[in-house]
Amino acid sequence: MAGQEGKIGKQVVLPLSKAVEISVKSIKTRLGRSMITASGIVLAIAFLMSIFVSSSINKALLEKGSAEIRIQLQDLGGEEQAKQMWLVVLSLLVCVVGIANAMLMSVTERYKEIGTMKCLGALDRFVIKLFLLESGFMGLIGSIAGALLGGLLMTVVSGINYGLEVITKFPVVDFLYYFAIAVALGTVLSVIGAVYPAYTAARMVPADAMRSEI
Amino acid sequence: MAEENVVRTRNVKKVFVMGNVALEALKGINLEIRRGEYISIMGPSGSGKSTLFNMIGGLDKPTEGKVYIDEVDVAQLDAYELAWLRCRKIGYIFQTFNLIPVMTALENVTLPMTFAGMSTDESIDKGIRLLTMVGLGDRFQHKPIELSGGQQQRVAVARALANDPAIVLADEPTGNLDLKTGKEIIDLLRKMNKEQEVTIISATHDLKMLDVSDRVFWIRDGKVERVERRADLDLNIGTVEGE
Repeated sequence: MAGQEGKIGKQVVLPLSKAVEISVKSIKTRLGRSMITASGIVLAIAFLMSIFVSSSINKALLEKGSAEIRIQLQDLGGEEQAKQMWLVVLSLLVCVVGIANAMLMSVTERYKEIGTMKCLGALDRFVIKLFLLESGFMGLIGSIAGALLGGLLMTVVSGINYGLEVITKFPVVDFLYYFAIAVALGTVLSVIGAVYPAYTAARMVPADAMRSEI
Repeated sequence: MAEENVVRTRNVKKVFVMGNVALEALKGINLEIRRGEYISIMGPSGSGKSTLFNMIGGLDKPTEGKVYIDEVDVAQLDAYELAWLRCRKIGYIFQTFNLIPVMTALENVTLPMTFAGMSTDESIDKGIRLLTMVGLGDRFQHKPIELSGGQQQRVAVARALANDPAIVLADEPTGNLDLKTGKEIIDLLRKMNKEQEVTIISATHDLKMLDVSDRVFWIRDGKVERVERRADLDLNIGTVEGE
């Protein structure tokens, strides 16, 4: 049996572009479910963004606004903001747990699909890659939606409170900066939430594909 | 046809431990399957048939004994080599079809080729060729949900052949199909067996399957009870139905 070892190779690949394609398809096909999963991140990021935007608008108005508004703003304490920050952190944590939960359900539901992929030669890390990408994309889209939602709402609310000056003195640079932070944070948290479910999925054995009970 | 063993088992035993009870599912299986054969594995549920099937397919490792696929000892392989073996050497067909629901028929067939490192263009060409061969040349853009059971199983047959495997393992391939469609799938498998010279190993309850098999392994109580060649089968089919 000399030379037989040479017959076994090691090269099994899943190019990133293909993985992206598969995970995007996965989200699209289960659009309703994906949107519910993503809504957690939308709300949490909207909350975060609204705090960011309200504080940067207040700051801009304090520096450049009319005297009347400045007096109004000085009455507001910083304590309120610290409390809100805690709420934001909590809501982000809840959202990570929510994502982990939703992804875990999706793993148990897809045991056959995962088993089949493994029968076709998928490595553990392909499965991890697919689940992390899927969650990452949901996080990215959810965070963009959430950041826009929170940012716009807070701008409108400030506009109602302080009038047109909010628009003329709008802190564009700050807005973009916080937008980027909120989107990045939401995406990263979504990926973190999917780590354990992805690991669970990767540990499934190919023979699971043969299981006929649902 | 070359007299070469594509699967060989040496005294394979498998013990499942459930709590304090050790269950011996396989009690020393010795069998040899030659390249290009069409094999059926028959046996009642609980006979160890599925366990044996998983061993031959490189899906499970024996507690004792050796399984050689293409003369390579499966127990010696690491995770990467096992994945490679499943990808290149073995094609799987399942009772419940198991197509990836989010992908079209063509994407399902090309997925194993992607894993094997084939370029997209090449894999699409080959995928269309395979789907045409199984009679689905006009349906490759359909999602599994838009296909009938028989059509889904045809896609699965095409997918199993994607990387020109040495073995195709079919687990009750006709179990979820009606009589006529089941017969069509059996004929398709036989045709692939003849034309592509691929070894087909199928676990089945379906007596129609015996008709086309070169040999039938009867498994009972974790052992090979008997092995029959097709020539001997006609005599015994009456007793089969009586079981």
